[in-house]
Amino acid sequence: MSKEVEKEKSMVLQKEMVARLFDELSAANETGKKVVYTFVPGNLSELILAFDMLPVYPEINALQSGMRKLSGNYIREAEKFGHSEDVCTYVKCDIGMMLSGNIGPTGKKLPDPDLLLLSYTGCFTFMKWFENLEKLYPGVPIAMLHTPYQESGKITPDMTEYMVKQIKEEVIPKMELVSGKKLDEEKLNAIIQNSIEIEDLIVKIFDTTKNVPSPIDAYFAGVYYIGPINIGFRGTKDAVDYYTELLKEIEYRVENKLGPVTPEGVMEERFRLVVEGPPNWTNFREFWKLFYDHGAVVVASTYTKVGGMHDLGFRHDVKRPFESLAEYCMNCYTNLNLTQRISLLSKYIKDYNADGLLVNSIKSCNSFSAGQLIMMRKIEEDLETPVGFIESDLVDPRYFSFSNIKNRLDSFFQMLDQRRVILKDKTAVI
Amino acid sequence: MNKYYLGVDLGSTTSKAVIINDRDEIIGRGITNTRANYRVAVDIARLESIYNARFFLIKKLLNEEIKINPIYQRYLDDIEKAFQYLQFKKRLSSLLSQLKLTVESRFSDFIRDKIYTNIENIIEKIDTLIKDEYLSGNLGSKNQFFRDIVNEKYHDEVTALDIDMFEPLMLAFDKSITPVENEMVEFDFRELVYDAMSILEDKYNGLANRTYNDVSVHFDAELNLLKGSYGKITDTFKEHLDRVAGQDFHISNMVGTGYGRALLPFPEECIKSEILCHAFGAHAIFPGTRTVLDIGGQDTKAIQVDSHGLVTSFYMNDRCAAGCGRYLGYIADELNISLNELGSTALSATKETNICSTCTVFAGAELREQLNVGEKREDILAGLHKAIVMRAMSLIARSGGVRNEFTFTGGVARNKAVLKYVTELVKKNYGDDLKINIHTDSIFMGALGGAMFARRNVNIN
Repeated sequence: MSKEVEKEKSMVLQKEMVARLFDELSAANETGKKVVYTFVPGNLSELILAFDMLPVYPEINALQSGMRKLSGNYIREAEKFGHSEDVCTYVKCDIGMMLSGNIGPTGKKLPDPDLLLLSYTGCFTFMKWFENLEKLYPGVPIAMLHTPYQESGKITPDMTEYMVKQIKEEVIPKMELVSGKKLDEEKLNAIIQNSIEIEDLIVKIFDTTKNVPSPIDAYFAGVYYIGPINIGFRGTKDAVDYYTELLKEIEYRVENKLGPVTPEGVMEERFRLVVEGPPNWTNFREFWKLFYDHGAVVVASTYTKVGGMHDLGFRHDVKRPFESLAEYCMNCYTNLNLTQRISLLSKYIKDYNADGLLVNSIKSCNSFSAGQLIMMRKIEEDLETPVGFIESDLVDPRYFSFSNIKNRLDSFFQMLDQRRVILKDKTAVI
Repeated sequence: MNKYYLGVDLGSTTSKAVIINDRDEIIGRGITNTRANYRVAVDIARLESIYNARFFLIKKLLNEEIKINPIYQRYLDDIEKAFQYLQFKKRLSSLLSQLKLTVESRFSDFIRDKIYTNIENIIEKIDTLIKDEYLSGNLGSKNQFFRDIVNEKYHDEVTALDIDMFEPLMLAFDKSITPVENEMVEFDFRELVYDAMSILEDKYNGLANRTYNDVSVHFDAELNLLKGSYGKITDTFKEHLDRVAGQDFHISNMVGTGYGRALLPFPEECIKSEILCHAFGAHAIFPGTRTVLDIGGQDTKAIQVDSHGLVTSFYMNDRCAAGCGRYLGYIADELNISLNELGSTALSATKETNICSTCTVFAGAELREQLNVGEKREDILAGLHKAIVMRAMSLIARSGGVRNEFTFTGGVARNKAVLKYVTELVKKNYGDDLKINIHTDSIFMGALGGAMFARRNVNIN
C-alpha cells in the first residue's frame, strides 16, 4: 500500500485547483468572500460563481475525512452529541467535524456559512442535515430549492416552471442579499457556456470505456474525474482546462491500448463491470485493490452521475439559463425513479458490454439503497446478466468488513469467470 | 489408471472432503469437526474420504453377488460399522493415553491414583457402550464426531461419580480432548477391515447366546439370515479387499473451498468460492435446481443458479451469524443437550414460542427468560428453529426469491426441525407446487462442487 502513485498532468491540475479553493475558503474571512454551503446533487455552481461566492460541500468534506481516516472520530463526536447510530454517516461526519473545530480536509479551518443553499434532490436527509446546520449556525440565511422527483419518469414544463420560480424568487434574492450584488446575467451566461463545454468533455471521457481494454476505471478513478464539477468548478475555465487535459491523456491510452491507471499500477482488464451505489471511502484504496487483483474494471457507474446526467443528453443552455439550471437539478441520478434507474443500468450494461452488475449497498444511505434489490432482480431477469451484492458504508469505518467484502467479491468474480468458461464451451466442461 | 478428484470444503464448524470419479459419482466422503488448523483438518477429512472410497469400490466389485443375494449388502454395512467402531476405538485409546499424561502433569500424587482408576473405568465403559451402539445401533449413520460422542458419554459417567471427582476429571478431559481430536490416526486399511470382520464373526456367532428378551436381535430377520450365510461371501470379499486396499489412490486434481480455503496449500486455480461450489454440487445432484439455500456454521447463502448450474446471483448474511449453525450450537450448549437432540426435541413441541432471531447471544438470554416464565423447552426450541428459518427466508427473498426447484444444503439441513420449517415456509411463500430437494449428502455439497470443479479444471487445462 505504500507504493507511490504515478501522477498524470490532470491529477496535478486537479490537486492544484482543489488546494486553491481551500486556500480561498480559509482566507474568506479576510477577503470578505461569501460562503455558500450546498450539496452535490443538483448543485447550482453556476449561480454561486456568478455571485463570486465560494461553495462548501459537506458531503465532499465527509468523504475526504473518510479517505483521510478522520471520519471515525468525527462520527463518534456526533454520536456523543446525540445523533443515533443509524443516521447517515455523511451527516454525522460533517457535524462531528464542525463540533471539532470545522477543520477542512486540507487541515485549514473552513469558514462559517453565509448562506445554506439546500438543493433538495431525492434525499430527505439533506433537509434534516441543514436543519441541524441551522442550529449550529444560528441566524444563517437558508435558501430552499425543492426539486420535484421524476415520479412519472419525465420532466414536465410545469415542473421546470415550478423550479424556475423558486430560483428566481427564492434562491437568487437570497444570494443577492448575502453577496450584496445584483445577478449579472451576462456573467452567468459566460459561466454556463463553460459548463456546456465541460459537460461535452465529461461525456466523451466516460464514453471511452467502450474501448477494450477500457482506458479508465469509471468508478474508482471516475470519482476523481467528477471531482471538479462536484466541488464547485463547473462553469470555470480551470475545469475546462482540466477536462481537456484529462481527455487528451485518456485518448492517448485508447490509442496505445492501455488499461486504467490505478494506485497499484496499470490494470489488465479481465472483467468489465457496471457498479451501482457509492464507494466506501474509509478503505477506498483497499476496496479498489480487491477489484484490481481480479482485473475487474468498472466501465460505468451510477455514482459518477449524482452530479448530473449529461450522457443522456442534458446540457446547460445559454438561451434558457434558468430553465436549464432547473432541468439540471431534476436530472440528477438520485432524482430518477426506479424504472429510470433500471433502464439506465441496463443501457450501461449493453452499451459498455459489461460482464456483470455489482451493487455496493450503503448501510446508512437510504436514497441510494432503496430499491437496489429490485433493480438487481429485474436486470438479472431481463438481461440474464450476473449480479453481485456487497455492503459497506460511506465513511463509518466500523462498517467496512474486509473479509466479508473480499469473500463476496471473490465469489462474484469466480462466478463471472466460470460462466465465461462454461458458456464458451459447454461440451468441454459439462 | 482410474482418475479421482478431490473436493475439500473447509467450513467454520466442520471440514469435509469428497472424492469423485470421472463420471462425477461420489465415491468417498470424509468429515471432521477438529478445531485444529485447517491443514490438519484437510488431512483428516481427506484420509477419511479415502477409506470411505475404498469401501465404495469394494461394494461396487461385489455388486453382482449383492444382486443375487441382497443380504450381503447388510454384511458390508455391518463391516463398515465395525470399521468405524475400530477407528473410534483407536482414537479412544489415544484419549486414554493423553488423559494419563494430563493427570500426570497436573495432579498431585495424593489424588492421582484415584483419578487414574476412574478414568480407566470410564473409558472402558465408554468403549463397551460405543461398541454396542456401532454394532447394534445406528451411531455410524448419525455422522457424529468423536468429540461429541465422547464428550456426552464421559460427562454422563463423571456425573454419576462422587462430586469431588467432577472437577479433576472434567479438567483432565478438557485438557486432553483437543490434542487427541487433532491427531492423525493412520492405520493399515486392510488390517483394520480384517479386524472388523473378526468382530463381526464374534457378533454373529454370539447371536445365539443373546438373551431372549433382546427383541431387536430376535426379530431382526435379516441378521438371522445373515448369520448363517455370511461365510459364503467372505472369501470373495477378502479377495476384493486385498485388491482395493493395495490400490494406489491417485488424486488427479483437487479444489478447496469454504472459509479456510485461502490457507490451503493449493495453487490459486484450485481455490474456489464456496458459493460456486455449493451451487455446482447441488445442481449436480438435482439438475432441476434453480435456487439453493445453504445454511452452514457461520453463514447462510441464498443462491440462484441457471440451467448449467452457474450462479447468477447470491446473497449472504452480513455482520451477524444469528440464524446459522453456530446459533444452534450455542443454544444446544445453553440447554446442555447435544446438537442432534435439538431438532427432535423441537419437533415434539405443541406450539412455537416467539423468539427474536437477530442476535445469537440475545437469543440465549431470551431462552433463559422464556424458561423462567414457564415456557416449555420444546416449544422454545420450536420457536428458535422457526426464527432461524425466518431469517433464511428473508435472505432468500433478497436474493430474488425461490425458483423451482429448490435445494436445501449445508450441515443445518440435517436438522429435522429446520427441514420442517423450511419446507413449510417455502411452500407457504412460493407455492405448494415447488419441488423441494434435500439429500442425505447435503453437508457435502460444497466439497462435491469443489471435486467437480477439480475434474473440469483438468479437462480445461
